[in-house]
Amino acid sequence: MTEAPSVLEVSDLCVSYGKVEALHHVSLRVRAGEIVTVIGPNGAGKTTLLSAIMGVLPRTRGDVVFLGEAQGAIEVEHMVALGANLVPEKRELFGEMSVEDNLLLGAFMRHRMGHRDERETMDQVFETFPRLRERRDQQAGTLSGGERQMLAVGRALMAKPKLLMLDEPSLGLAPLIVREIFHIVEALKRTGVAILLVEQNARAALQIADYGYVLETGEVALEGPSDDLEDDPKVIESYLGLGGKH
Amino acid sequence: MLARGLQLAVLGLLVAGPAILAEFHITLLNYIGLYALVALGLVLLTGVGGLTSFGQAAFVGVGAYTTAWLTTATELPGWLAFFGASPWLTLFAGLAVTAAIALVLGLLTLRLSGHYLPLGTIAWGISLYFLFGNVEFLGGHTGITGIPALPLFGLELKDPRHYYYLIWAVLLAAVWLTQNLLDSREGRAIRALKGGTVMAEAMGVDTARSKIVIFLIAALFACVSGWLYAHLQRFVNPTPFGLHIGIEYLFMAVIGGAAHVWGALVGAGLITILKQWLQDLLPQLFGASGNFEVIVFGLLMIFVLHRARDGIWPLVARFLPADDGRRRVPEAEPIERRARGEGVLLEVVDAVKKFGGLVANDRMSLTVKAGEIMALIGPNGAGKSTMFNLISGVSPPTSGEVRFLGERIDGRASREIARRGMSRTFQHVRLLPTMTVLENVAIGAHVRGRRGVVAAALHLERDEEARLLAEAARQIERVGLAEHMFDQAGSLALGKQRIVEIARALASDPCLLLLDEPAAGLRYLEKQALAEMLRRLRAEGMGILLVEHDMDFVMGLADRVVVMEFGKKIAAGLPEEVQRDPAVIEAYLGGVD
Amino acid sequence: MDLQIALLLGQDGIVNGAVYALLALALVLVFAVTRVIFIPQGEYVAFGALTLAALQAGRAPGTLWLLAGLGIAVAVIDFAIMVRSGHRRRLPHVLFWNLLYPAFVAALVLFAEPQQWPLLLQVLLALGVVVPLGPMVYRLAYQPLAEASVLVLLIVSVAVHLTLVGLGLLFFGAEGSRTTPFSEASFEVMGMTVNGQSLWVLGASAVLIVVLYVFFERTLYGKALRATAINRNGARLMGISTTMAGKLSFLLAAAIGAFSGILIAPITTVYYDTGFLIGLKGFVGAIVGGLASYPVAAAGAVLVGLLESFSSFWASAFKEVIVFTLIIPVLVWRSLTTRHVEEEE
Repeated sequence: MTEAPSVLEVSDLCVSYGKVEALHHVSLRVRAGEIVTVIGPNGAGKTTLLSAIMGVLPRTRGDVVFLGEAQGAIEVEHMVALGANLVPEKRELFGEMSVEDNLLLGAFMRHRMGHRDERETMDQVFETFPRLRERRDQQAGTLSGGERQMLAVGRALMAKPKLLMLDEPSLGLAPLIVREIFHIVEALKRTGVAILLVEQNARAALQIADYGYVLETGEVALEGPSDDLEDDPKVIESYLGLGGKH
Repeated sequence: MLARGLQLAVLGLLVAGPAILAEFHITLLNYIGLYALVALGLVLLTGVGGLTSFGQAAFVGVGAYTTAWLTTATELPGWLAFFGASPWLTLFAGLAVTAAIALVLGLLTLRLSGHYLPLGTIAWGISLYFLFGNVEFLGGHTGITGIPALPLFGLELKDPRHYYYLIWAVLLAAVWLTQNLLDSREGRAIRALKGGTVMAEAMGVDTARSKIVIFLIAALFACVSGWLYAHLQRFVNPTPFGLHIGIEYLFMAVIGGAAHVWGALVGAGLITILKQWLQDLLPQLFGASGNFEVIVFGLLMIFVLHRARDGIWPLVARFLPADDGRRRVPEAEPIERRARGEGVLLEVVDAVKKFGGLVANDRMSLTVKAGEIMALIGPNGAGKSTMFNLISGVSPPTSGEVRFLGERIDGRASREIARRGMSRTFQHVRLLPTMTVLENVAIGAHVRGRRGVVAAALHLERDEEARLLAEAARQIERVGLAEHMFDQAGSLALGKQRIVEIARALASDPCLLLLDEPAAGLRYLEKQALAEMLRRLRAEGMGILLVEHDMDFVMGLADRVVVMEFGKKIAAGLPEEVQRDPAVIEAYLGGVD
Repeated sequence: MDLQIALLLGQDGIVNGAVYALLALALVLVFAVTRVIFIPQGEYVAFGALTLAALQAGRAPGTLWLLAGLGIAVAVIDFAIMVRSGHRRRLPHVLFWNLLYPAFVAALVLFAEPQQWPLLLQVLLALGVVVPLGPMVYRLAYQPLAEASVLVLLIVSVAVHLTLVGLGLLFFGAEGSRTTPFSEASFEVMGMTVNGQSLWVLGASAVLIVVLYVFFERTLYGKALRATAINRNGARLMGISTTMAGKLSFLLAAAIGAFSGILIAPITTVYYDTGFLIGLKGFVGAIVGGLASYPVAAAGAVLVGLLESFSSFWASAFKEVIVFTLIIPVLVWRSLTTRHVEEEE
């Protein structure tokens, strides 16, 4: 079986905030049609990792290769134009604008590049998230937590990305909604999108991922196919149980 | 703080000035002194307090016009004639009028949040200017002439060289008062304004009062400057009191270094000298007549905002010898402590908090007893920090009751709750990064002091100050950070900063401590030390309510646990029970299949 | 006060109010996209009027030198940054708009005898000189501070205002000017004379309100621009460049300001510092609109015009005092209704 092409390759990535090194020689790879997850505790550097790849934060060292092109100093807008999309931990929705406007803005870059199919794409997103269709004229700021997350993901899908990065999509969500979103992510993988999923909820993440990295205090502590990680005793103790010692 | 020797040298130069310098330079120094006095007020108001004002020139005008009118009006009504008798008395009249106007304007403007505040100052700055120019008895656009000179021991202060001593004596006195104020309990309260009202109020600071205080002081300094100006020039018209001059005063403070007292003098000096030079140079350069120096000032200001937002003084001060006297902790008697709490300290009954349609806390109930550690856990977004804010008075509950030591406190201001014996830390550390650890912790002791603004400015509260600082030092040693006592708080690692917050909370002598994720960012050994300290506090009878994510840390420490999800309590009881509760396991680990 | 006088005052108030409304719209626009409270907006008005007056008098307007100077400054700075970072994609764009374009406009002004041109072309040339100043000012004064607080941006605005007023005095001197009106027509309405220029002013305001409203509420580009002020991070993640948004909004504001100046130059004598007071009154309107709503801002501005007009009748010495003191309760009202939890840092 031939391996799918590599969409994202990160090697030796280091990111510092002033004197503090938040990421220390991190390497990972995501292929087309694959879900790669990065799990780890609060403060491990997971958000920093995604921010550095997207260009929100500058990196101190290391290489980022996206769709075969090495990226120098990364500009966020440029990454979006190339087909990368990040759904951040804080969602960063446009609270005072309607659900529909938020979605349309997700297609802004495509619109700028000449595609005028945002209305059709929006219909597809509404198919995936029927609840958003019901609320299309409501202000994004008045949606519930779960709906906001759906909107954030839907907005990212409007850009028809080749690489979708999700920062803790399960944050603050009821288990049922987490289930819904993760199923949608799985469905997305089947269309050939490369997915990088950062999560605190290790169990759910490892269940849908193909490959996983465990990040601790800025370094990759462990990596492997997700089935192997699910069975790894260290992972079980730290992330899949409530600390077995007491 | 500049070294003693340097201060004396500068003083010597100032005293010798009139003897060595030409009249032109003396006049320049006079104006620098006058402007520096106004800029000093802005340092306090804007640089330290964070309230930007473009309208100070209007207060200068009030001071100038009050004395101008009182000393030149031919017919004064009886009760005012007293003031007209001597120009020195008009100073008090001016201060009274300024204080009245400043109080009214302050109560209006200080309600304005964020960027609305400076816009408000622009509004009344312009209004007052037009008032000066349009009111008949103030002489309209020509103003008032023939103001008498100040009499001193039979002499009339007409010679700029003599006036020089008056101006600089007043200025240096104002500098002394301001430095004293900033270096005191009230001063720390003022400096805490920049860290955010939430933090300051949680430490017991009455932020509204502090804001009015600095607003008044800045206005009064400006008034004195106006009074001095009127008796120097011996005529006044509206022009020096307009918005553009108000803008220049702010620029002086910002370019000089708005957060530093000496920045006011540096800024005033620089701008005045620059103005003088440019007023000669630029018209020649451009071959046209007019005031072009504003072009340079505007560009200079933009440059400073881009590259050196803290102003010139901090850049210069690095090369000057500093006074190390601040690195000593004063010896003092310990402050009286409140009685130990007993029984149930905190009772929350059916508390609800709604933000619009979102229910962040849904009928939450819990209790905390003295001598126990209660942990509040739950996934991110469960509403734990909202609970804290509700309990500590940061945002009142939509409905429900909160009782502390038997009294209802829901709806009370957080500073009142702090005074009753509850203290807290914050999820995102709120320290003042440029202040030392000792000073930051001393803010926590605010509720244990009493001396006010006047005592502080006159340095009459030194023994209370010594006791407050000694108390702060004691708490710093208690949490194990004695080696960092005089370090800038911003230079510590995040984990240590959280410990500083705990010391600050302890400095208020609470019987209930609210800790918001104290272990986040700490390494294993540090967490052990923290756990040890919390156990010790518990043994001394303190009640502790703790929010945490680190399960190991919590389970080994807490006596009881409450688990939240989506704003509701889903489980409560002993740690072992809660760990086994299926609803809890589902909430934390809900799998996909 | 009889009906005749009331109508006259009313007409005066509305026409003035329409001018203030134009400025209010520009202020709301700039704030909505960049969070900058653009105090110097009035300077575009003065520059627009005085540039046209200079062209009509056969003189080279000083604003031309400002255009050239700022253009060179932007070109040099951007060039240096591009060389260092290696992102050279936009180099031709930068060089064209900041060096070639000003040179071309300069050539037109100096050699093509604009004094003889028909009014419409003179207006276009005046706009061509003043409007590009907008994005240049953004690039030099504001772009490096894009993440700063509204307060810092406000102080920068005050500084820019001082600089531009000083430059205005330098370029145009202390004398005022008037220009030739668009139309000499004059109508009789309800027993009053209404001149054609006033109708131009009213018409322009009305059209602008509609255009701005439609652009920002209905088109994707307009929404994208609004989005950058609502959530800068979110906008960047959508590929919406805040720099582009900033420059575009400053370009529009300069266009509105310069055009307003050209509209009023035939009816009022414009001096180098006329802009500031006009700008401030427009600003009151903008605050009434909460720095967010175009129609409310325009309505507020018209109210200011009427208030000024009527108080000048009753208490002429104090009309400025009244107008500016009234800003305070409006600010208090607005400050209470737009409660953000902005922590001062």
